[in-house]
Amino acid sequence: MREVFVVSDNILSPLGSTTAENLDRLKKGFSGIQMHDRTDMSPKPFYASLIPDNILHDDKKSLTRFEKAIITSVEDALKQTSLDITGKDTVLIISSTKGNISLLETEDQNNSLKEKISLPHSAELIASHFHFSNQPVIISHACISGLLAIITGMRLIQSGQFENAVITGADMITKFVLSGFQSFQAISPEPCKPFDAKRKGISLGEGAATLILSAEKKYSPSKIKITGGSVSNDANHISGPSRTGEELFLAMNKAMKQANVSKNEIDFISAHGTATLYNDDMEAKAINLADMQSIPVNSLKGYYGHTLGAAGLIESIISIHSLSDNIILPTLGFDKPGTAKPIHVSNKMQTGNYKKVLKTASGFGGCNAAMVMCKDEG
Amino acid sequence: MNIHPEKNLSTEKYITASCLISHSIVYLNDKAVFENKADSVSAFLDNAYQHFDLKYPKFYKMDNLSKLGVLGSDIMLKENFIPGKYQPAETGIVLMNASASLDTDIKYYKTVSEIASPALFVYTLPNIVIGEICIRNNFKGENAFFVFKNFDGKFMARYVNNLFDNGVIEACICGWLELIEEKYKLVLLLVEKEKTNQSIVFTEDNINKIYGIDNG
Repeated sequence: MREVFVVSDNILSPLGSTTAENLDRLKKGFSGIQMHDRTDMSPKPFYASLIPDNILHDDKKSLTRFEKAIITSVEDALKQTSLDITGKDTVLIISSTKGNISLLETEDQNNSLKEKISLPHSAELIASHFHFSNQPVIISHACISGLLAIITGMRLIQSGQFENAVITGADMITKFVLSGFQSFQAISPEPCKPFDAKRKGISLGEGAATLILSAEKKYSPSKIKITGGSVSNDANHISGPSRTGEELFLAMNKAMKQANVSKNEIDFISAHGTATLYNDDMEAKAINLADMQSIPVNSLKGYYGHTLGAAGLIESIISIHSLSDNIILPTLGFDKPGTAKPIHVSNKMQTGNYKKVLKTASGFGGCNAAMVMCKDEG
Repeated sequence: MNIHPEKNLSTEKYITASCLISHSIVYLNDKAVFENKADSVSAFLDNAYQHFDLKYPKFYKMDNLSKLGVLGSDIMLKENFIPGKYQPAETGIVLMNASASLDTDIKYYKTVSEIASPALFVYTLPNIVIGEICIRNNFKGENAFFVFKNFDGKFMARYVNNLFDNGVIEACICGWLELIEEKYKLVLLLVEKEKTNQSIVFTEDNINKIYGIDNG
């Protein structure tokens, strides 16, 4: 099986427009989540992590915020590498749950709107902006979209279909998205508290992120590899997680098996940790089924909120840099344990010699994903 | 003698059943099995559900995209698939379409100015139909929902073949599932490792033939 190396990356969020800026703020314990009083989105004030417009690419006025966020993010990731992404050997993968859905709120409904809203329309604009040769691959798979996009990139390189993959994703918070989560009573009245006994739901967040992968080790300064990934379905409920966590455990197990690592070799788990009662309990059960309850687990939702289609990308990129910097970040918002099964929630900055991380995600439709990232020891 | 057995993992996979639903007609394994000129796509889906006697009352709670997917997969699997033949985690579902969940997105957003409907909001993600088919059949394996402007048989063939070749799945339901307002098209394939009397090889050309793309 061909190896897949991390070339470069970017995170665009309220915490910064480069991964370095984001990591610096995370280490200082900053959060992008704030109270917003935006009547265009919600009749009552709400907590969320929203990107200020002035950090978005602004050369083309015709682009939407979603498209600008992706272009800004990809541009920065490309700036850091000499890799040529314009050839037939590179695939562009785009992850988003709702793309340009905000247009439904602001424009008249007609056929031209339906075209502009469609993900392939945005994908074509982005692909032509950067001169990609191939048709972009778009993944829209609820809250595992970002992680599934990386797993897909890994597979397309492992199988020899492509040499390189540029994987990018974003979601914007709009009235459409916020009202939906509010209708589910899922929004926390305070900044979210992942895995905490008093967690009251999610905080939403805006973000874009880009991860470039290659089969060529020489393009990888960090020599960190994506070594295994798996997806599963609960086959239980479309809007509630599994009662047992068995299916997330299944995905974790398969990802570790493909990566050829045992549970004892995993230094930490970067969990989904949305801070809803049921999600965090389900993850705690899965971690116990895997007998990994003593391994440090963090959730980054307290820093970023739930960034939907970007979450898997942002959290994987932070995990990659955590390996490089030999740190495990604390779970911002977590205070007292209170999940259905005990797990080791990382609640302070830890340093050590870390080599392997397991990333997980779960979402509506009963989907789960897990992926392993490793330092190259060869 | 095979010197590098590990390099010869790729073997042929077979399309053992297919279902196509388009323009008011349901085709099972290339044969028209139901035709109904209903006034709307909703009526057509409900009429087909009754005709095939699917006995799954949850059907009526679903959005049209999920109804179409559950209908197509039920019709295809009914006589061509033995439940329990595979472990739950061995069956995967890989689907693609062009409009994602826009049909329901528009319907949901109309409710926001009054009382936002959680029952509609949950269907504003294209992968929910995969979840519905998984629940209906207790499938727990690999999932992916891709969005392409047009059906991409080449991508589908390579992605699904790769899942088989790496031992990720033993069976797969894959295809195209598009529904926007009154326009719809479903093409589902059941892909397995063993050939049957009616099976054809799972290749880009054969997928495109079933989809209806003329290569000539």
